[in-house]
Parts: sequence; structure tokens; C-alpha cells
Amino acid sequence: MATEGINQGRRRFLTASTAVIGGAGVIVTAIPFVKSWLPSARAESAGAPVTVPLGKIEKGQMVRYAWRGLPVFVVNRTPEQLEWLPKQDPRLRDPMSKESDQPRYCQNEHRSIKPEWMVLIGICTHLGCVPDYKGEVRPEPFDPDWKGGFYCPCHHSRYDIAARVYQGVPAPLNMTVPPYHFIDDTHIQIGVDPKGAA
Amino acid sequence: MTEHVTVHPRNRLAAWIEERLPVFSFLASHTSGYYAPKNFNVMYYFGSLALLVLANQILTGIFLTMFYNPSAAGAFDSVQYIMRDVKWGWLIRYMHEVGASMFFIVVYLHMFRGLMYGSYKKPRELVWLLGMLIFLALMAEAFMGYVLPWGNMSFWGAKVIITLFSAVPWIGDTLVTWIMGNYFPADATLNRFFALHVIALPLVLLLLVVLHLAALHEVGSNNPDGVEIKQKKGPDGHPLDGIPFHPYYTVKDLFGVGVFLIICAFIIFFEPTVGGYFLEPDNSIPANNLVTPAAIKPVWYFSPFYAILRMIPSKGWGVLALLASIVLLFLVPWLDRGKVKSIRYRGTGYKVALTIFAIVFVLLGTIGADLTAIWIPEIFGANADVTFIENLYGRILVILYFGFFVFLWAYTYFGWERTRPVPERVSMHE
Repeated sequence: MATEGINQGRRRFLTASTAVIGGAGVIVTAIPFVKSWLPSARAESAGAPVTVPLGKIEKGQMVRYAWRGLPVFVVNRTPEQLEWLPKQDPRLRDPMSKESDQPRYCQNEHRSIKPEWMVLIGICTHLGCVPDYKGEVRPEPFDPDWKGGFYCPCHHSRYDIAARVYQGVPAPLNMTVPPYHFIDDTHIQIGVDPKGAA
Repeated sequence: MTEHVTVHPRNRLAAWIEERLPVFSFLASHTSGYYAPKNFNVMYYFGSLALLVLANQILTGIFLTMFYNPSAAGAFDSVQYIMRDVKWGWLIRYMHEVGASMFFIVVYLHMFRGLMYGSYKKPRELVWLLGMLIFLALMAEAFMGYVLPWGNMSFWGAKVIITLFSAVPWIGDTLVTWIMGNYFPADATLNRFFALHVIALPLVLLLLVVLHLAALHEVGSNNPDGVEIKQKKGPDGHPLDGIPFHPYYTVKDLFGVGVFLIICAFIIFFEPTVGGYFLEPDNSIPANNLVTPAAIKPVWYFSPFYAILRMIPSKGWGVLALLASIVLLFLVPWLDRGKVKSIRYRGTGYKVALTIFAIVFVLLGTIGADLTAIWIPEIFGANADVTFIENLYGRILVILYFGFFVFLWAYTYFGWERTRPVPERVSMHE
């Protein structure tokens, strides 16, 4: 082949444009493979709402339910537990739940729709362990000034009875409150917002 | 380093092959034509032993996949099936499980050898980097393998480790869901970890091992004196202080293999769980996403890094510190500006610092393995504030761990190191 009259500019352009088009093709081809790792349609549909009857949960008692494979805690709080809530504020990291994750209708002192009913996803915001319910207002080995709440056995994170995290523990945020609403006075549905509060 | 040997086989079949694919020349170049320093000591066993364990993991792993069922419903039972019903299945699984821990023992000693004798220094930076990549791939491989039996520690270990990725800004939570393929570790997670553990990561590991060896054979092995044997060559063109890898070091390594296999056999047959360290009791309970084990702790080989994560009272910074503790090891060839390689001729500061670093690494391991939490009440009495003492002690260790790298840089950058003269030739103590 004759070597004279080679247009180097055109050759470079053709090489570069072939590389760019080819590279774009590779990236586009990668999308289905990357997306295949997202939750499947089956996993998504398994996240259906869960209805919880409240009638059998006694004062001061906590009951666990599973929603989307997550442990949901439902606590019937006692007046004594509620009484201590505002007094914990100075010891908390995020007392007004500004950084934490909860529906707007639960961003209040007691982090719930009705003060006595606490609903939360029982997963420590540090590394995803399930904290224990330590509801009684009494000195505990991990906190002599304990006013009831949740204690994570993994890395000793502590939360008050509204699942608000204390200062000086590894967990960064209050535990998450899932969307829920009251169907009637004795039933709640987890996974669905109240009407008009979406 | 490798000398390119050309072999002309007498056998006609061998010659026919050699003309088309020079396998015999290649083998000779990398064995009898590969000159290694003659002064290797006991610290130089661990490279070949790592290769041996890798072979063991691949062989036993292939057989385990023949009986294992990679589904959330069937995984736990299939492991019990291997242990109880498959003929000799218990032995194959114990070889694989003990092999995993032995892999880390051998690799940690191999890395420590590199730090002792400056094997990461010019011209061996790439050997070190490739080795660190092997270490990283090995950690991923071990973590995913640990998830496969789908015991409760598998499940919660997976959850904790994957949740580390939620510390990534903005996309963290999506990333966690993407890795799990669900909103919690589930069938999808187990399936993909199985695929990565038995196909993707072993391929990556093998490729990295080939590159690690290729880079090593290009520049040649370092030695306990840190002397470049290439610089003094005899009239035959071979290094005066070098001996052919085969037969001298193949025989030496075979001896090491013998001793190593006796130790491994002892563990496999007499104490395969090593008191709950190689195999944790909590993992003989099936995975349960509603009940967390009383204490979540990783297998012993991750515990030093896990302790660093735990000692930092912030999620983001904890993950960053964990990452930094590994990334800094990658950077050692550039942090250390000293010209003298071997600890034998380096300044007292380096000797002290490396000793402290090694002790700190082990002590961090005892924190990560929750041993310190048991020791504190024994030492300070039952009323001791365990969290406070552990945090104080652990944070001092974390500072010392990172301090090593800062010291290493400052010590060599500002010329504070007083080295001793390095000999011209390797010393043999005969």
C-alpha cells in the first residue's frame, strides 16, 4: 500500500471516534448486568404492608413484626416512659430527629402518631444489628441513669424510648420509623402512610 | 531474576512441542534458570506455602461445590449434609475451612517478611502492590465464603459488612440494596456471593498470583540482607550470591511444606474449630433475620481491622479509618524514603517501630475478637467500666497503628534514620 498522502488527522479522528462509539457500546451493554443486581420483581413485591392488632400489647410491652424482612418493633409506652422523654434531650445526639429518617407525621418529641404507640424499624443505625428492648426505668449495667429504651448488644449503642440515639455511642442516627397508619383504634398497618400525609 | 534459558529437548516429541510452544524453555527459565539469593531464611517459606494453600482451597472448593446448595433455603442443611452424610465430606470441608485461616496466617507472615527486609522497595514496588491486591481479593473471597454456610453469623456478618457501604455519600443506601439484591441479606445475596466466591474471585486471584510471580521473577527476590545480588556476577554471568531455584529452593520449600502439612493435619484432625476461632459456634445456628447473635464479631483474620472500625465513635470516620488502615499498606513503598532495605542494617527507630506495629496489630485483633472485653473485668474487677477502658486502650492502639506509617515517613523523609553500612555481598553466618 502506498504510504504517501496519508491523512493523519483523519486517521486519528477515525480511531478516536471508533473507540468512543465502542466504549459507549460497552457501557450500555454493562447496564443490564449492573441492574440485574437490584432487587428482583419478586423481592420488591414481597414488601407488602403488614397489619398489626394492638389490642393484645400490654402497657410497657414490645412486640416484633416482620415487614419486608425487617424487624418492626411496636411498643405500648407507659406514662412513666413518656414522662422521661423530654428530659433526655440534652443527652441525645439528634433530639428533634432532624437528621434521622422518619415520616414527616412522626417527626415530633415522641416520634409517633399517638404518643403511647411507638412503631420503629428495630435496626441499629450503626451497622444494622437488632437492638434489645430495655423498657424498664431502672439503672442498667451499661447506663446507671437508664430511663428505658433500646440497647444494641453489638457495639453498645443506646437509644431512648423514642428510639432516639444517645451521645457517645457509635450509632450516628435515631432508629428509622417506617410509614404506618391507624386503620382504627386497635389496628395499624405498617408500610402505608395515613391518608393525606404522603 | 529470570535468565532466559533455551532448551533443546532430545526427545523427538518434546522437541516437536518445544518448536511450537516453548514450554520446556519457559519452565527451565523459571526454575533451574531462576537465580535466587543463597541466604534465604525461615521467613522465606511463606510465599510457596501461600501457593500450596491456594491449591488446597481450589481443590477442596471444587469438591464442596459438588454437594453444597447455594440457596437460602438449602445452604445450611447442605453443609450439615456434607459434614454428616457425604463420605469424607467432613474432611474436605475442614480442609477448606482450616485452609482459609492458614491462608491468612501465611499471608500475614509473608507481608511481615516484606516489611522486615524492605522487599517492597525499588525495584519491587509492583511486586508489593500486586501482593496487596491479592490480599484485598483474598479478604473479599474469605468474607463471601464465610457467608455461604448461611448460619446466623454468616447472615449477620454479611449484613454488617455490606452495611459498611451505606457510609458512601449519597448513593450509600442504594448501594447496599444493590449488593444484597433485596432489603436484607436474602437468597439473591447468597446466590451472587456463591458465584463470586467460586468463579469470579478465584479467577481474579489466580491472575494476580501469576502477575505477582511474573513481576517477582523480572526483578528477582530480595533477601534478609537486602543486597541486590544482580550487581555482583561471576564469570559465568550468574549472580555470585545466587543459586538456581531448582533444585535448591524447591527442596527447601518441600521441607517447609512437610512441616506445614503436619501442623495443618494436626489442626484438621484434632481441633478443626480451634476453640471457636476458625469456625464460630454461633454459625451452627441457621440464619435468622430477627435475632442478632449476642456478639457479632468477625473471624479472627479480620479482627484487627474490625477493631479499628469499632474504636472510632462515628460511622463515616470508622469506615474511612478501616479503609485507610489497608490503603496505607499499599503506600508503604512511597512512605518509606529510606534507601537501606533490611532491618538488619536499618536504624533502631525502624526496628522499634516495626516491633510495636506487629504487637499493636495482634492486640487490635484481641479487641476485634472480643477478648479484651473478657479480660478487662478479670484485671480491673467486676465493677470496671468495660466500654470506657476498652475504648481508651483501643484508641491508643489505633493511634499507634496509624502512627507507624506517619513515623515511617517522617523518620526517613527528614533523615533521622541512622543506618549501618550494608555489606557488598550477602552474609551467611557459616
